[in-house]
Formats: sequence, C-alpha cells, structure tokens
Amino acid sequence: MVNLTIDGIKVSVPEGSTILQAASEVGIKIPTLCFHPDQSIKANCRVCVCEVEGNRLLQAACAMPVFEGMVVKTRTPKVLEARKTILELILSNHPQDCLNCIRNGNCELQDLAQEYCIRENPFEYKVRGFAKDFSTPALFRDQDKCILCRRCIEACSVVQSVNALGLEGRGYNSMVVPTLGKALIDSPCVMCGQCIHACPVGAIGEREQIDEFLAAVANPDKVVITQIAPAVRVAIAEEIGMMTGEMPMGTFVQGLRQIGFDYVLHTNFSADLTILEEGNELLKRLKEGGTLPMFTSCSPGWINFCETFYPDLLDNLSTCKSPQQMFGALAKTYWAEKMGIDPSKIYSVSIMPCVAKKFEAARPEMNDSGYQDVDLVLTTREIGRLFRMSGLDFSKLPASDFDSWMGKYTGAAVIFGASGGVMEAALRTVYEVVTGKTLEDVNFAATRGITGIKEAAVDLDGTVVKVAIANGLANARKLMEQVRAGESPYHFIEIMACPGGCIGGGGQPITKANVKRVERIEAIYAEDEGLPLRKSHDNPEVKTLYEEFLHEPLGHKSHELLHTHYHPKNKKFL
Amino acid sequence: MDYKEIIARYDGKVGGIIEAYHALLREFSYLPEEAIAEAARVFKLSTAEAYGIATFYSMFSVEARGKNVVRICESAPCHVAGAADVVAALERELGIKMGESTADGKFALEFTECVGQCQATPVITINGKPYLDVSPAQIPAIIAEYK
Repeated sequence: MVNLTIDGIKVSVPEGSTILQAASEVGIKIPTLCFHPDQSIKANCRVCVCEVEGNRLLQAACAMPVFEGMVVKTRTPKVLEARKTILELILSNHPQDCLNCIRNGNCELQDLAQEYCIRENPFEYKVRGFAKDFSTPALFRDQDKCILCRRCIEACSVVQSVNALGLEGRGYNSMVVPTLGKALIDSPCVMCGQCIHACPVGAIGEREQIDEFLAAVANPDKVVITQIAPAVRVAIAEEIGMMTGEMPMGTFVQGLRQIGFDYVLHTNFSADLTILEEGNELLKRLKEGGTLPMFTSCSPGWINFCETFYPDLLDNLSTCKSPQQMFGALAKTYWAEKMGIDPSKIYSVSIMPCVAKKFEAARPEMNDSGYQDVDLVLTTREIGRLFRMSGLDFSKLPASDFDSWMGKYTGAAVIFGASGGVMEAALRTVYEVVTGKTLEDVNFAATRGITGIKEAAVDLDGTVVKVAIANGLANARKLMEQVRAGESPYHFIEIMACPGGCIGGGGQPITKANVKRVERIEAIYAEDEGLPLRKSHDNPEVKTLYEEFLHEPLGHKSHELLHTHYHPKNKKFL
Repeated sequence: MDYKEIIARYDGKVGGIIEAYHALLREFSYLPEEAIAEAARVFKLSTAEAYGIATFYSMFSVEARGKNVVRICESAPCHVAGAADVVAALERELGIKMGESTADGKFALEFTECVGQCQATPVITINGKPYLDVSPAQIPAIIAEYK
C-alpha cells in the first residue's frame, strides 16, 4: 500500500493506483473527459489536472501514479483556473447548440461547463463546420462535436475489434474518422453502437426516428403495434429516473399505450419461437451432419460482423431470423389474420436495446410478409424520450397487460437480453426434446455473467454437446479464428455483439461503465426467476401458433417466414 | 513497380510501414488507398490505423499529387526573410496555388515546417533536396531542372 495526502486527507491505496483512483477513495471528485473506467488511460483532455507537491507542472490525475508521501492538491486556485481554461479551449470549437443536441442533459462536457461556471469564453468561437455523417441507417456522426478523447476508437478497436474508427492528421487538425476518412457506411462499421456509449458528448448518436413514430400515431389509417425486446424493460427505468430493473412490466405496458400504441405485444413471444426453430435446427445439424458449430443469429451487429469479417463462415450461422424479424413477419400474416386487421394498415414498431436493429429492419430481404416486416425501430433511449415528452408519472400509472396473441412469453425468452441467455434458453428446450425428461433445475450457471467467453458441456442422454458464448466482438473474433482454423471444439456458439449482451446494446441508456451492465444482467435473471413458465416450448401461444399456422418447427411455413440467408458484405477496406 | 512488391520489401521490419510509405512515395508521389490497405495487412494493423500513420506525417500524402514535390518553409525565420515573395514566384512559375498540383502531373506545391536550414532563409525543398537563400528571381531556373 502507498500512503499519500489528498487535500489534507490521508489515504492509503494499492501501489500503481492513480491520483484519480486515490481521490475517489476519499470522496474527492476530480473532473474527467477522456477517462473511461473500462478503457486504457489516454490523458489527452487534461481536465483532471492537479497540483503535486514538488512538481513544477500540473499533473493529470487519471495518469499520474501515486507514490509514498505524495501530497496532492485538487482544488487550488491554480488548478481551478487551469481546468477552466482547458474547458474554455475545448468549448471554443465545440458547437454551442446544446438545446438541439441528442445528448442535451446527458453530456459530460455540458456537465463540466456547468460545474466550472463557464460563462463568457475569452477564446474566439469557431466551429470547424464539417458535414454530419448520416450514411448509415443506424448511427450518425457529428464531427464538429468531437472533443478527440478517442474513447470511441478504443470501443471500436479494442472492445469490438471492428476498427472502423481511427485518427486522421495531427495536432490541431486531427480528427476521428471512419477508415480512410470515408463515410461510416464505407468503413467496416457493424453498427453495434458501442461508440455511442463511449462518447462523452453528442459526436455519435442513434438515428432518431421519434417523428416517424408520431406521424404514424397521428395517421388514422394506421394500426400501430409494438414489440418490446427483453433487455428494454430492465433499462428503461434508468431513462425516467428510476433504478435499473425497477419498472414493473404492467406499468411499462401502460406507458406504451399512453404514448399511442394500439396493441402492445412482446418480442419475447418470438424469442420463445426462435428457441423452437433454432433448437430444432441445431438438433437437425447434429443428426444430419450439417455445418457445425452453429452460430446464433439474434444479434444484428454480430450478423454484420460475420458478413464483414467472416464471409467464409456464413453457413455456420443459424438460418433463423432474429426474434424481431420473426415477430415482424408473423405480425403482418398470422396476427393480422387472427385479429381480422388488414396487414397493409399495420405499422409495426419494435422497441429495441439496439441501433443495428434499425439496419436489420431495413434489410431488403426482410419482407416475407409481403410488406416491410418491421416498419420502425425505436431504441430504449428514444422510448425514454417519448415517455418524458408525454409527461407520464410512472409511480402512479395503473398497470396494464400485454395484448393477446404474440404477447405471452416464458423466462427463457426474458434471458435473451443477457449474454448466455439464448444458449441457456436453447439448452432448457433441447434437453427436454432430446431426452424426453423434465429438466428439474433450469438454471445453467456456466452460461451466465459478463465474462467475455464462457463455455459449457451438456450431456443429452449420452451425447455431450459443447457450447461457447461470447459477448463483445473482440471475444467473438477469438472464437471465429478457432472455427476458421478448424480447431473449434464446439457444437453451438452464441454471440452477442455488445458487452454483456443486449442489456449493453447500443440503443440502451448511455452506459459508461460495465458495472451498469452487470446490474441489468441481474435484473434480467430476477425476472426469469419470477415467471411461472421458464421453458420456451411451454409458451401456450407458441404452441397454438404451431397448431394453427406453422404446423412444425423448420416446416414449410417456417422457412418462408422465419428463416433467412446471409450475404458477404464485400467491404473494400477492413 | 507494383505497390504490393514495394510494401513486401519491408515485411517483418520493425517500423517497416514508415519505410514502405517512403518507398511508395518515391514511386507514386502519394499513398493510394489500396496501398494503405495493403500496408495494413502486411504490418498487421487495421486500415484505420495505417491511414492514421499515413496522415500523421506531413511528408506523406494520401491525395494524388504532382511527381516533383516542391515545398516551402512557412516557419518564422523564412517568413521574415521573404518567403511570401518566393511563394508568389512559385505560384506564378507553376501556374498553380499552394496545395495544388500542375495539370501535367509534374509538380506539387506545398508548405512545410522548418527544415533546419535557418542560417540560409528562405528555404525550399524539391523531392527532399534543399535550396537555400532562395530569391523569387531564381525560381524559374530551379524549377527548370525538373521540367
């Protein structure tokens, strides 16, 4: 342990700690911008400077290691003046349109400008004037807002191994740009949106589509229906000032009705359906010598990644559409027929923790219902904005239930929201299908948690099935390299593009630290634990769907509506 | 020579990408996108990183430019010694503005930071060769060497 004094308070911290870490131990907050709790130290913004006795120059608290007897002062006039100047310099070319910014009220730079009472900036105000990049249907980039902290670059390269972002130029002229300075769509970007979480300001965000939703609600000819992904409920609470997982499902449903949805249904229904289709697909591949290991196909960021970097492994991907797209295809066929609603009038909105889902819904092949299967994708953040816009007080809102048909679900569907959940849900069903026995303990501990790569082996009456789970694309890449080399010992691999799975998706409430992802994972498993039905094949509405419409998993109708194929992206530059 | 052959010569060398870029410049006068992507592959970087290196150093260019690169120092000592007049003479002689290349692809005109020859300002360089104590009157003759 190393002993030091910070602002007159004695503190003892492990060797190798930084001033920033030591200060937080004794409740002293030092401002940061480029610092990110789960990333490497960058020390490029300098806003965390402090005085260290014996040092002529101010030191960056995020980077400076502590030493025995160190005396640090974090709020002398000299320090405050320096921090203020640093902020003024950053603000001198940062667009001052906070009122119109997607990060208004949730911006690290805005917070610091507030905390440091930045009023009149002595420096000349000059915005660089770059065009915004709207080249992808999922994300936008606003280069003018970038403060060059490089957190997005690390999220894209180290966490996701996508490397769509890098630096261009040097010094005053340096910029964060997509590969070769091109538009984002021409880079290897997979649209996972992890850069959005990494960005301290509004330089990257989702393509907001609130106006399109409001227009549909205002159109009397449209029947506006919604499906909610399992990861949304646990996180939506954070958007309206509640604790993670605190939003009761019934209140959430009521809230959705209040903002204009005519029918509130659940992606969990089609998550259960996915398990039946995908579980049977796995069994078929095992039995008939199909391509193994089979990869899950729920995560559109992962699908983009596989199509971009591993086009040679597309046959390993399950042909199952994602739950969002299965729901979309059924809503305008089975559901419309059952409800007696003209499918051309249905406006199908999905609420997702994801920005890549916006891209997935717009894929030209996703129209097997005869219409665009999913008309609009709103992220958890956009729903949070709609809730705030509508002035709802969720503590007083009476509960409401999901509408019937495609609104029922089991705990197996709920856990799709966490890394390992699809695998666990599949195992719960596959075990019972293969062995004919009832699975007494449905909890598979080995598949749970935020660990990058997890593995398990399950004995199915003598046949051992080996499975692996990766979350975060750098981890996925490790498993893919193994498969490409022909050295993968697994039969079934679950991949979620985002760290922690969908609960950490690019459309979730801005999530700086991984600890928040862990909280959401806990909320997901708590919800599963509390449900009466926890195996997908027990879902009564899914059973009815097979009896009335699909007839059997992997049958003719299933292939028509629920399965798809993949295309190499053929990106010129990776 | 093919860009792939040029890059391959530096494969496995520590910091080889910088040398490969210099060699590419000698051949093409700039770094084409395909060459940057190939360098990324050979030196096991992402294309985004290789592009970062290509744009970090002012000697490299990712834009197509004239074969003979004429650079003039814009640092204070050259400025005081009348660099602006030399710039005007260069622009007049080549018929282009600073930052442009001639239509025949023979010349590119650029600014440079100090090249360390402050004892004899103003300084220009052509393809890395310095010309000292340059006056506007000398420019036509200097340029003629490369025509």
